[in-house]
Amino acid sequence: MSTPASLRVFEWKLLVYRRVWRSNIVTSFLQPMLYLLAMGLGVGSLINKNPASSQTLGNLPYVAFVAPGLLATTAMMVASIESMWPVIDALMWGRQYEAMSATPIEATDIVASHAMWILFRSGIAAITVAAAMALFPDVRSWGLIAAVPAAMLSGLAFGMPLAAWSVTRTREMSFPVIQRFIITPLFLFGGAFFPLSQLPLVIRWFGYTTPLWHGVELCRAWATGSSLGALAALAHIAYLLLWAAVGMFLMRRLAQRRLFA
Amino acid sequence: MSANPTHRTSGAPGIREPLIHAEGLVKKFGAFTAVDGIDFDVQPGEAFGFLGPNGAGKSSTMRMIGCTSPISGGTLRLFGLDPATHGREIRKRLGVVPQLDSLDSELTVEENLIIYGRYFDLSRAEARRRAGELLEFVQLSDRAKSRVEPLSGGMKRRVTIARSLINQPDLLLLDEPTTGLDPQARHILWDRLYRLKQQGVTLVLTTHYMDEAEQLCDRLVVMDAGRIAAEGSPRRLIEQHATREVLELRFPAGANAENEHFAIGLGERHELLPDRVLVYVNDGDQALASVIAAGAKPESALVRRSTLEDVFLHLTGRTLVE
Ligand SMILES: Nc1ncnc2c1ncn2[C@@H]1O[C@H](COP(=O)(O)OP(=O)(O)OP(=O)(O)O)[C@@H](O)[C@H]1O
Ligand SMILES: [Mg+2]
Repeated sequence: MSTPASLRVFEWKLLVYRRVWRSNIVTSFLQPMLYLLAMGLGVGSLINKNPASSQTLGNLPYVAFVAPGLLATTAMMVASIESMWPVIDALMWGRQYEAMSATPIEATDIVASHAMWILFRSGIAAITVAAAMALFPDVRSWGLIAAVPAAMLSGLAFGMPLAAWSVTRTREMSFPVIQRFIITPLFLFGGAFFPLSQLPLVIRWFGYTTPLWHGVELCRAWATGSSLGALAALAHIAYLLLWAAVGMFLMRRLAQRRLFA
Repeated sequence: MSANPTHRTSGAPGIREPLIHAEGLVKKFGAFTAVDGIDFDVQPGEAFGFLGPNGAGKSSTMRMIGCTSPISGGTLRLFGLDPATHGREIRKRLGVVPQLDSLDSELTVEENLIIYGRYFDLSRAEARRRAGELLEFVQLSDRAKSRVEPLSGGMKRRVTIARSLINQPDLLLLDEPTTGLDPQARHILWDRLYRLKQQGVTLVLTTHYMDEAEQLCDRLVVMDAGRIAAEGSPRRLIEQHATREVLELRFPAGANAENEHFAIGLGERHELLPDRVLVYVNDGDQALASVIAAGAKPESALVRRSTLEDVFLHLTGRTLVE
């Protein structure tokens, strides 16, 4: 019985991760805790005093509104970081992809293993955030369990297109720019901290087109048990899958061109 | 070593199908032609070399053979298969030592070999077993559990060679196996490669060291600017393209050109280099005596046997290593 090639490449990632997972998990627990404390309790105590605001938030305490959004944003952050430096590292600095290309491993296997890796890493991150959330009584719910896969899917929708970009790079110069001008604005304006309806129409529509908002909506609906029709949920999932699929398709083509030139 | 880390390639008796067959092989990068129509065959059990300076197209050729770079023209067959359609099948049977090390510095030496074995779909147990044997073969068993990062260049190269043998390849491709290593590390590597050769492993290697080519290659091609300038065994190439001996005359700095006339008519031919004059003769001592008799005053003079360096100089007008 042989293991699929993509899984054997994934095994390499796990082998490296085995050395760092502890510190990694501590960080991904501490960060959302800080956000929940600052945003949820600090900012939240102001917002909850204002009845009009509460209504805009669907009558949720602010911490309950923010927390599910953090699931999706954390997954996005993790997925995007994993799809930038580690990809160019395996291509150019550590040359692990080059080493693989001399074996029966194909570009398709590398892309599939990257998708697995993104799901794995954003899964771990989302579970850690969910664990942090479970410490807050206003937030705690069984729905968190359903929100974790939604967060993983958001990570995939982000990570794969970004990895397709990284696979064409010869330098890391664009990565901090992407972080500053794409990831951070999305983090702030993707609907995690306030409803997009608060924004001017143009920005709002931009927000709707990004995968993050769809991920945030899914996570929030499932974590808070608020009403989200099956059709709407399917539409969100389909939209995220579309981003992931396009990213995988592009990454495969570009990796093939890069590794087998 | 008791265990044989590689297959012997045993073709049908009598029929010698080449392991590699290349005809009019071309590699282009955009408008630039890196490999410009080369022909060669490599037979099972042979140690075959590409000798050439920087930029000759050695790595480009090796990557085409390794099925990681599509050919731009001509024909290439490995084990009778076409890399364009059977790349994966061919790569299963190759061992590759790339010019630049691609070991994972985060992992241990042993883990590097095991995970590489996994890429060839070996079971974990089998990969571990072979890793142990191969590390013994490259004399690095004591480093199995240490990380790759702190190893010396020569040790990393040996790990890479061990790694390339994990799938028991029918053909081993080595791109500049000893470039950048100190003499001692090079000799250790040559010794290991020589053993593989004795075990019947087919070796294809590139180098820009003529001593490496002479030590390891049964047959080689001299490559320059994407073309093959000559082909043959080291000895035959020297016989064909150089004289038996070379007289090297060194004149004071800057005075080599003005003393060139002493070399004219002395032997078969001569070469003027920036730092010396080389005279190709059959009897070096006799030639030296005549030069001195003619009134030349070289700072130093040396008589030596011709090498592949002289062959290369003759064929291209340039030295191998600048
Ligand atoms: N991917 C590439 N894109 C464009 N040009 C390339 C590429 N790879 C190699 N070349 C060019 O092709 C020529 C041959 O390169 P190659 O690496 O095959 O030479 P080499 O004989 O291996 O040299 P070296 O001894 O420096 O390793 C060089 O001029 C090089 O710049
Ligand atoms: Mg090279």
